[in-house]
Amino acid sequence: MSASDSVSLMALLAILGMAAATGLMRISGYWLMGHVPLTARVRKMLEALPGSVVAAIVLPIMVRNGVPAFLAVGAVIAAMLVRRNEFIAIFVGLAVASLARAAF
Amino acid sequence: MQSGQDRSAPAPYFSSAGLRIGARYALATAAGACAFALAFGTLAAQKGLSLVEATLMSALVFAGASQLVAMEIWTTPMTPAVIVTLALVTGVVNLRLVLMGASFRPWLAALPPAKVYPTLLLTTDSSWIMGIRHRAEGGADASVLLGSGLTLWIFWVGSTALGYLFGGLIPDPRRFGLDLILPIFFVAMLVPLWRGPRRAIPWVIAGAVALAVQATVPGFWFIVAGSLSGAIAGGFIDERK
Repeated sequence: MSASDSVSLMALLAILGMAAATGLMRISGYWLMGHVPLTARVRKMLEALPGSVVAAIVLPIMVRNGVPAFLAVGAVIAAMLVRRNEFIAIFVGLAVASLARAAF
Repeated sequence: MQSGQDRSAPAPYFSSAGLRIGARYALATAAGACAFALAFGTLAAQKGLSLVEATLMSALVFAGASQLVAMEIWTTPMTPAVIVTLALVTGVVNLRLVLMGASFRPWLAALPPAKVYPTLLLTTDSSWIMGIRHRAEGGADASVLLGSGLTLWIFWVGSTALGYLFGGLIPDPRRFGLDLILPIFFVAMLVPLWRGPRRAIPWVIAGAVALAVQATVPGFWFIVAGSLSGAIAGGFIDERK
């Protein structure tokens, strides 16, 4: 298997593919806004997209991990509502997750 | 005249003062980026990536959420099918960067593309919000984006290597909830986007479709299917105030 100082060709291709995909996302919105006028409907779709991506990724992970994941996510939401600070919220979420894992 | 330019606002420019402003903003959030990159490095080591591979991924991709998702899909040895899946899923997870780039158009349109596009390649959630804040305060210095992006990149790549090398000292990452860092981080980022229950209907649809597709279709298509379902629903929901 791979030693810690090696790069396999296939892994390199995977990383380059991810980098190209991300780079495309980073430049395409700016490019698009210079060429294509967005309709109101498309703009509403784009506005709904970030939260939808989060939901589509997070909910299946929560269901897979059960009670500790739901408690942790609930704690993160509560922490964000009290103090709008992502880092405090993430710390609280990790703390609740580890406590819940110990309890269940 | 470039299209999409906002002529009522101050003209954009690059300056070394802006680089310092951006770097200072980034230092305020560097601890979070470091914790996130440490978690990624730890996970990458468990998944069988080499140190060079993990660090290279952080240097070239520089998008934490998609890198964590990639670790769910990554296989050793790597196969062509997984390479394609990784690129597609990475693109979908990072689709929000399209919106962020679009939001920069009115600000940066007057600058030469040869300077704007390299700056955009460093866009992250944090540097984007820092740029938006700079702009909202009446600033027009595009170097703020460059300064915050470069600063976060240095912390990101360095912390990935540290996490890879020393994350293994944590006996069981599950005990500390580190395997749940992705949903925890995402939900934390999502809360400020809350604009009332009507705006959240697409999120519920996205989550429900993702669960249904995950239960019926193998692979990671549930992310694409759920995300697009939510966005399409968002386009057709009447948003009367």
